[in-house]
Amino acid sequence: MKTYDAIVVGAGHNGLANAAFLAKAGLDVVCIEKNDYIGGATVSRNLYKDWYYSNCSYVCSLLRPEIFRALELHKHGLQVTPYGGSCTFMENGDYYASYPDHEVTYREMARHSKHDADAYVRYSADVMRQCRFIRDFLLTTPPDPTSLKPKDLRNLAKIGGKFFEMGEDRMYETIRFWTMSVAEYLDEYFESDVIKASLSGSGIIGTALGIHSPGTAYVLLHHYMGDVDGNVGAWGYARGGMGAVADALCGAFQGYGGELRAGSGVDQIIVKNGKVRGVALENGDEISSRIVVSGMDVKRTFLKCMDRSDLDEEFYNRVRHFKIRGSSGKLNIALDGLPTFPALPENSPVMDGDLHFIDSMERMERAYDDWKEGTWSKDPYIDMTIPSFTDPTMAPPGKHFMSCFIQYCPPLVEGREWTDEERDQFGETCIEQIARFSPDFKDLILHVEVRTPKEIENEAGLTEGNIFHGELTMDQLLFNRPIPGYAQYRGPVAGLYMCGSSTHPGGGVMAAPAANAAREILSDLKRSNVVPENFGDD
Amino acid sequence: MSAFEVEQGKLRTPFWPKTRAFDRLSESHDWKGYASADAYLEGGLEYFAIRNSTGVFDLSPMTKYRISGPDSLAFLDRLVTRDMKKIRPGRVAYAVWCDDQGQVIDDGTIFHLRDGEYRVCSQERHLAWFTAAAIGFDVTIDEETTRVAALAVQGPTSFSVMQNLGLDGIENLKMFGLMHFDFHGEELMVSRTGFTGDLGYELWIAPGKAEALWDALFEAGKFLGIRPIGTYALEMARIEAGYLAPYLEFIPAEETVRTGRSRSPFELGLDWLVDFSKPVFNGRRALADEQRRGSTWRLVKLDIEGNKEAHHSYVYARKGGRMINIGFITSAMWSPVCKQNIALGSVKTPHGKPGDTLWVEIYYQREMHWSRVMAKATVVDGPFWDPPRRRATPPAPA
Amino acid sequence: MADRYDAIIIGAGHNGLVCGALLAKAGKKVLILEAQEQVGGAAITRKFADGFSVSACAHLLYQLQPQVCKDLDLSIDTVADDMATIALDSAGQHLRIRNGAATGLNDSDARQLHAFHKRMARFSELLRTYLNKTPPRLANGTKTDVVTLARLGLDMRRLGRKEMRAFLRLIGMNIYDEVEERFENPLLKGAISLDAVLGTHLGPRSPNTILTYLYRLAGNHGKLSTPTGGMSGVTEALAQRARDSGATLRTSMPVKRIVVDNGRATGVETDNGETFSSWIVASNADPKTTIMQLVTPRYLETGFVRRIDNIRMRGNAAKLHLALDGLPVIKGIDKKDFAERMLIAPDADYVERAFNPAKYGEMSADPVLEITVPSFRDPSLAPTGKHVLSAIVQYAPYGLREGWSDAARDTLMNHAIDKIAAYAPDIRQRIIAAEMLTPADLESEFRIGGGHWHHGELALDAFLFTRPVSGAAQYAMPLDGLYLCGAGTHPGGGISGAAGRNAARAILDREKTT
Repeated sequence: MKTYDAIVVGAGHNGLANAAFLAKAGLDVVCIEKNDYIGGATVSRNLYKDWYYSNCSYVCSLLRPEIFRALELHKHGLQVTPYGGSCTFMENGDYYASYPDHEVTYREMARHSKHDADAYVRYSADVMRQCRFIRDFLLTTPPDPTSLKPKDLRNLAKIGGKFFEMGEDRMYETIRFWTMSVAEYLDEYFESDVIKASLSGSGIIGTALGIHSPGTAYVLLHHYMGDVDGNVGAWGYARGGMGAVADALCGAFQGYGGELRAGSGVDQIIVKNGKVRGVALENGDEISSRIVVSGMDVKRTFLKCMDRSDLDEEFYNRVRHFKIRGSSGKLNIALDGLPTFPALPENSPVMDGDLHFIDSMERMERAYDDWKEGTWSKDPYIDMTIPSFTDPTMAPPGKHFMSCFIQYCPPLVEGREWTDEERDQFGETCIEQIARFSPDFKDLILHVEVRTPKEIENEAGLTEGNIFHGELTMDQLLFNRPIPGYAQYRGPVAGLYMCGSSTHPGGGVMAAPAANAAREILSDLKRSNVVPENFGDD
Repeated sequence: MSAFEVEQGKLRTPFWPKTRAFDRLSESHDWKGYASADAYLEGGLEYFAIRNSTGVFDLSPMTKYRISGPDSLAFLDRLVTRDMKKIRPGRVAYAVWCDDQGQVIDDGTIFHLRDGEYRVCSQERHLAWFTAAAIGFDVTIDEETTRVAALAVQGPTSFSVMQNLGLDGIENLKMFGLMHFDFHGEELMVSRTGFTGDLGYELWIAPGKAEALWDALFEAGKFLGIRPIGTYALEMARIEAGYLAPYLEFIPAEETVRTGRSRSPFELGLDWLVDFSKPVFNGRRALADEQRRGSTWRLVKLDIEGNKEAHHSYVYARKGGRMINIGFITSAMWSPVCKQNIALGSVKTPHGKPGDTLWVEIYYQREMHWSRVMAKATVVDGPFWDPPRRRATPPAPA
Repeated sequence: MADRYDAIIIGAGHNGLVCGALLAKAGKKVLILEAQEQVGGAAITRKFADGFSVSACAHLLYQLQPQVCKDLDLSIDTVADDMATIALDSAGQHLRIRNGAATGLNDSDARQLHAFHKRMARFSELLRTYLNKTPPRLANGTKTDVVTLARLGLDMRRLGRKEMRAFLRLIGMNIYDEVEERFENPLLKGAISLDAVLGTHLGPRSPNTILTYLYRLAGNHGKLSTPTGGMSGVTEALAQRARDSGATLRTSMPVKRIVVDNGRATGVETDNGETFSSWIVASNADPKTTIMQLVTPRYLETGFVRRIDNIRMRGNAAKLHLALDGLPVIKGIDKKDFAERMLIAPDADYVERAFNPAKYGEMSADPVLEITVPSFRDPSLAPTGKHVLSAIVQYAPYGLREGWSDAARDTLMNHAIDKIAAYAPDIRQRIIAAEMLTPADLESEFRIGGGHWHHGELALDAFLFTRPVSGAAQYAMPLDGLYLCGAGTHPGGGISGAAGRNAARAILDREKTT
């Protein structure tokens, strides 16, 4: 039987990126995918006629440009086009929008509050400062604060140095930023409820926390720290849908000689004498290798695909209690035409951006209260985009693809499995919310795919449908991610590595965990490194 | 402003119906959302209007706040570094305001309109900062940017233009003074202020009378070489006068993302604006500390040998046998009136004392090819251009 | 000036008294001014009905720092020490918890509780060292600051690798996930959740609530006691220490303003128009009240004022006092159990649900309660045979949407009594008199902004380096001569005396150098 240098489990964007780097370094790598298509949650699906749904992840900003460049993804068809603007529709018939142009946004903000329009300048600078701080550590393995190894001490000193460099006052403000709730953080800058509600969305997307939960200011940062061509905080569409990201990564992987095996997932990671020996697939095949890299989340990796006896009890318990909560749902909709929103001026450019329908902080938080009680939000926070507005390849001419990301949606309804009827009710709740602001919306719907955490888990393999492979709370960030003591991509068994979003720096289509994991693997193999360093951001 | 108007491109000032007739270039840039002409015909010619006759600059987009209420003086005195108690009604003060770290947020002019009533005029917007600064003060801060149209009327013949406009008593208006006149039933405020370092005035009027004022002004200046000028010309005059421009000589402190990119008043050569006899003002504690400790940066005015403009240049000092990099140029130009190659720059202390010799690394392009020179530069004290007519009262008629 | 004091302390709350007593002990000429007739601030015993007295705000002692007692040679008489916690169960299957052990738990829970308690005790011990120090400055500080920071790092390492990892993981976490991970018994989960959130604007699911829980333990390992004669037992003793050391203490002297002269706090003016001058002024009032009302922003710089203005002062804890003609009957509760602390927090979700309305400016219809019957052991508080019930009722937000009125207060009181009645059905028949103090009442009576027990939210973003605000965590305010010494400063509220002691030490250190 052939023995590979490495097996990468899961052809999501992290699995593929990791496999691509390993293959680039000259390893003989096979990447295993349970579905007969690749991409995991970074996928474009043709589920209705000529429509292509980015049916999980739907926008792109976090994908590290260093990785894009190192793997030459443009040669494999990846093109990321920035889009701009956003709009929050208000109960009173008005709306609050933002635009790619700073001055237009200023005018729009000033329409709601002149004070806030001015305060936005300081807010932007303060958030940008935090982005700059974290961005430097995205392509870095987190140091172990309990270790005295030179590498860890050096990396700790580097973080300390970056922190110290901010100057005393801003160091304190940084501590506050990292520990505050997004609501309280915004309260320190803004007075307008709709402006705060609009900005707070980024603090909860994908998170089982409410806007008033401490720590959500960091989640906001997680959505701001990406960039499109150096434009920090900007978001874009992958041309052809998010599947284009996976396709390009797979193209790079195969271009470096890697082998893809799709259609049967890993049943078991084989361990002998405390060392990894390969994997057994669901279809009964066994593949042998001394290195197995899991792109799956840690719960799936260790609780489903490993024998409990191969794991240390405490490690096992920490994994079991790793917080990976389903809190998001998704509606993917094929439209017969562009819906109109009468509140907006004709041909308003904000249609190009993301649209929201919650206009107050109270409604934001109440949406979370529903989730805590084990139901979907009756008045949910919807992040709605129409990618076909920017990307003509996603729907036939004149038709549109609409992606609705919904917060909050529980993995279980009041502790039990979803019924189909409940799933339809959930979809209906979201459609009704949008329809209140767009009278022709419902008539334009040709097809709807409703995805609760259950569908997301079943298809993309994300435990509980958690888009980040684990909550982005302080106890699960940096050297705590995924498990304290295991934050450097190495699993508890020799030869076992983790490269998914459960590891630092976390979720989003970033591929940074994959790159960092590849660097560690190559270092363990004493191979020369092919993983890029941070561009740096002076 | 309605939702519809928000999306309607660049804003136009109240003078737009008039200035458009002069505009041969349609070249403008964004100034706080307004289209502001770079030049109307040719920047160089417009510059000479400032130095030779009268140039008219539309400064309506300038951010303006009306400060009133029983605590207006106390509020301003705590806000800015200089002593506002000395600024009597009818006077104007150039001032800077700092954050608690003693770093400059912005500079601007403060007009003491009437007893206890002020207008603060600045390039940036500050409602959020002013609102925070007003906590605990009985003061009203009213943004009146769109309610006041303004023109800068600058140059050696500007006094005569004012006279021709029929402004009685204008001859007694001293530098940094202001007077009120009636213009077609509206109040016209004239201040002897400007951004050019030359004889000049600024005119402030309700937007409804803007076009009428423009017509009257150009009628009054018909034989005095009056012409509209754009930003290009104003910027030249600004550098010759040695004035600061935000985003060039300093970045508003609250907008800086990187550490050490803001500047204190001391670092901008504005020591004279910091009055420690006031027991409290924003930045006082940090500035007192800086005064004891010494500043990191110093703004320098440089007279550079040769005639190659020192845009984006590094500045060096000789130490031992070596050239060490001590800073950079922030604004540079060839001064047509002084026939000098001048620049403003930011250098590390203790370098840059008046009289010091420094070097400037200049790259310039001629027909595609680039050349480099290390040009010797002398640090000068005071403005490059400061004609006696600027402050003569009464000014000499044209 | 002959009658110039070295220091004036505004407010004879427990921290003000500690600070004043320590300064006096160091030979300073100290004047302590108290607005009320009685010393003690929010740590007082006062009459609320004919013949009935109660600790009007805080009613249990568990955080008093041994360092404070040692420095002031103080010992507090108590009627009850090491009280148990009884988590009330509506079916009478109550849980009695004491020192990391509880009756009625299954093996797993018992084991976990022991481990949990041990770990929390260890972490709180680490924390306690730093509660009794001035927070170090992260830069531009003195050698002491650097040493303190280095020691903090070292102390964390000394926990050992495993515990240090656990500490770094837990410190930002919420109590809910931790209790859900460890325990099965809902009463236990509810009781621990309640301890973590009492006095805050947080629910058990809010991250940070492990920290607030640790904070609670960081005095006397969470051992609860009741001072003889109520909380005034503590503050009267402190006042006596202050007087003994030579401090002047004047009550019924509300301070109207802090006098600022030429950029320096030089004394205070009281409501009756008297002025007192001093070299320094230390305020035991909360930071927001001190800066915004007593000093007024005009004497301070804008960035600082903005930060003070942003301090979150949303009190959520109300206080219920009942005068009872006898002990109520609670199923499964013996008479002797009334010596203990009783909680109504049947599970963690209940506590979280009680918090929900507070986010929207509504009071909990089903509040959580911490109940004591102090008269059970202390006959001085009620006529013979009669009793006083004292309960903290949460959540009752200071910023009640419709505003606090008599009607709103009555509604809250009914919610609270109804809740007690669910366990003690005869409670209403027993009531002779009742008093409800809402956060608004606590604010007006005790002059605590927002009625917030901690003088400002206690959370990671307002802890150590950033309490009360960034850049002013070392007790000295950016106005020469002005210090804070109350709960709004590091380490926070609770009858601990740490803030007062740290402030006194900071004052003595600083005034020595300048």
